[in-house]
Amino acid sequence: MAIMKAENLSVDFYEKSVLKNLTIAVEKGQIVSILGPNGSGKSTLLKTLSRNLKPNKGSVYLDDNNLAELSAKFIARKMAVLPQSPEAPKDLTVRDLVEYGRYPHQSWWQGKSQEDDQCVDWALVQTELLDMSSRIVSTLSGGERQRVWIAMALAQKPEILLLDEPTTYLDICHQLEIMELLADFNRNHDITVAMVLHDINHAARYSDCVAVVHQGKIFAMGKPEDVITVHTLRVVFGVESEIQIDHVGKLVVMITGLTKKRG
Amino acid sequence: MLNSKLFPCSGVRERSTWRAFILILFTLLAVGGIILSLTKGALYISLNDIILAIFSDSSGSNRQVIWNIRLPRTLVGALVGVNLALAGAILQGVMKNPLADPHIIGISSGAGLAGVTIMVLFPHKEYLVTPIAFMGAMFAAIFIYILAWKGGIRPVRIILAGVAVSAFLNSGISALMVFYSDRVHGALMWMVGGLSARSWPHLDIIFPYTVVGGILAILGAGRLNILNLGDDIARGLGLNVEVSRIAMTAVASLLAASAVSVVGLLGFVGLIVPHAARLLVGSDYRYLLPASAILGVAVVTLSDTLARVAFSPIEIPVGIIMAFVGAPFFLYLLRRDA
Repeated sequence: MAIMKAENLSVDFYEKSVLKNLTIAVEKGQIVSILGPNGSGKSTLLKTLSRNLKPNKGSVYLDDNNLAELSAKFIARKMAVLPQSPEAPKDLTVRDLVEYGRYPHQSWWQGKSQEDDQCVDWALVQTELLDMSSRIVSTLSGGERQRVWIAMALAQKPEILLLDEPTTYLDICHQLEIMELLADFNRNHDITVAMVLHDINHAARYSDCVAVVHQGKIFAMGKPEDVITVHTLRVVFGVESEIQIDHVGKLVVMITGLTKKRG
Repeated sequence: MLNSKLFPCSGVRERSTWRAFILILFTLLAVGGIILSLTKGALYISLNDIILAIFSDSSGSNRQVIWNIRLPRTLVGALVGVNLALAGAILQGVMKNPLADPHIIGISSGAGLAGVTIMVLFPHKEYLVTPIAFMGAMFAAIFIYILAWKGGIRPVRIILAGVAVSAFLNSGISALMVFYSDRVHGALMWMVGGLSARSWPHLDIIFPYTVVGGILAILGAGRLNILNLGDDIARGLGLNVEVSRIAMTAVASLLAASAVSVVGLLGFVGLIVPHAARLLVGSDYRYLLPASAILGVAVVTLSDTLARVAFSPIEIPVGIIMAFVGAPFFLYLLRRDA
């Protein structure tokens, strides 16, 4: 069953169409990675799915309800969004920031409830931040900071988590740490994950489904081994590659060079 | 207790103690300012006599001075401090710009042109200055909003539109001052902002705005906190970003316009007081708004007292004192925090 789908999305920026009649569905319980070269429209797609951009045409559905007709807080109780490199006020502690994740569950006449505290604790434990909870976010390292933002999204208790390049600016160890964390939420807490990724190998290793965006359309979508092919990489990214299967049965992509342009 | 950073960076408990300490300190300053403003002046009146004059029905000269002059003036000053400080604190959050203050959304230039027009062209209709200035302020703010609107409001566009509209209106003020240079004295005093001769009718004007605006501001504190995380995050958390931004700017406009129309273009409070409060209590609006409001009371009442007694019997406009004493103090806070 699709937890989220977008039908016939078109998005224009200054007369230039970035998404062209694009349709995509995210199955419940999966990890879906969106790949594509710069300017392909993959970030625009994620922004449209997360309500940060209004499509010129088409609609986004969450559990078969049109996103445009749902209240903002209702959506935020089901869907958490982590944009690329967010910035917090300088003096917030880890716990302060994670507590904001409870905002969609609170109403202005009541303060935080016991349930809010429990959810915040839970999110801090899941992201292994409990003993850092009184540290100031801006003094943490990049990887730790990203974990704090993910903890905030978790405190929302979402059914689906949307992320825009969650591993940008992180070293390889912290990149994997974030990917493992997301895989764990998906497996053990039944959170559907849809994210834009840069690293094709991360997408191949961690996703149930890969969507390749090319020139504002879905070029291919499906299991990593069906979608990530020498042909896809050549046509969409303009690179030559060799693809192997490692000992656990996952794809490993080696980029061997640029595709020579003809003519 | 004051470490290298003004606002402590470690320990949750330490922070809430610190916040409580600062709020109490601000409150003491505000109460002190109000008492000083009542006792000091051309005539010294002791605190005892003041209480006697306010709460008993004597008809002595003390009662006259306190009841008709100092008490209303002090209260107007206090409310002006609350309004401008709250407006500045809200705008800095909504616009995510440290330079945002009531000037930015055209309040000052709008009120300025309207007020100066009355004072210079229709000097016999001075009683119109306050209502017309209020209308001028709101008109300028709405105009800037319409100019900045393009399928939503972006802070940068408001700020740029504000700068342009303010420059336009200010040129009108300058033109009036040049053409009627023989009549500018009153207008000039009003342009710096002063509390002299402010009394009960002015209090009646500003009071409802302070109450309503203050309540709306405090109710909006949670939204302002979410807005401070950035538009994308705020939207993800279920905040209606556009509506919140417009609503909070409207609250700030009402607060600032009512203050400016009563005392003139008091610029300093709305910019510096929220910054000083932020440096001391942090960026959480649930503490920042009350702290700004209370510090606003303290700053305006203390400055006005100083304005009256420093060169007595000559009284200088409170705006001058405030900038003269406050700016160096603010720079000191800034250097310390860096």
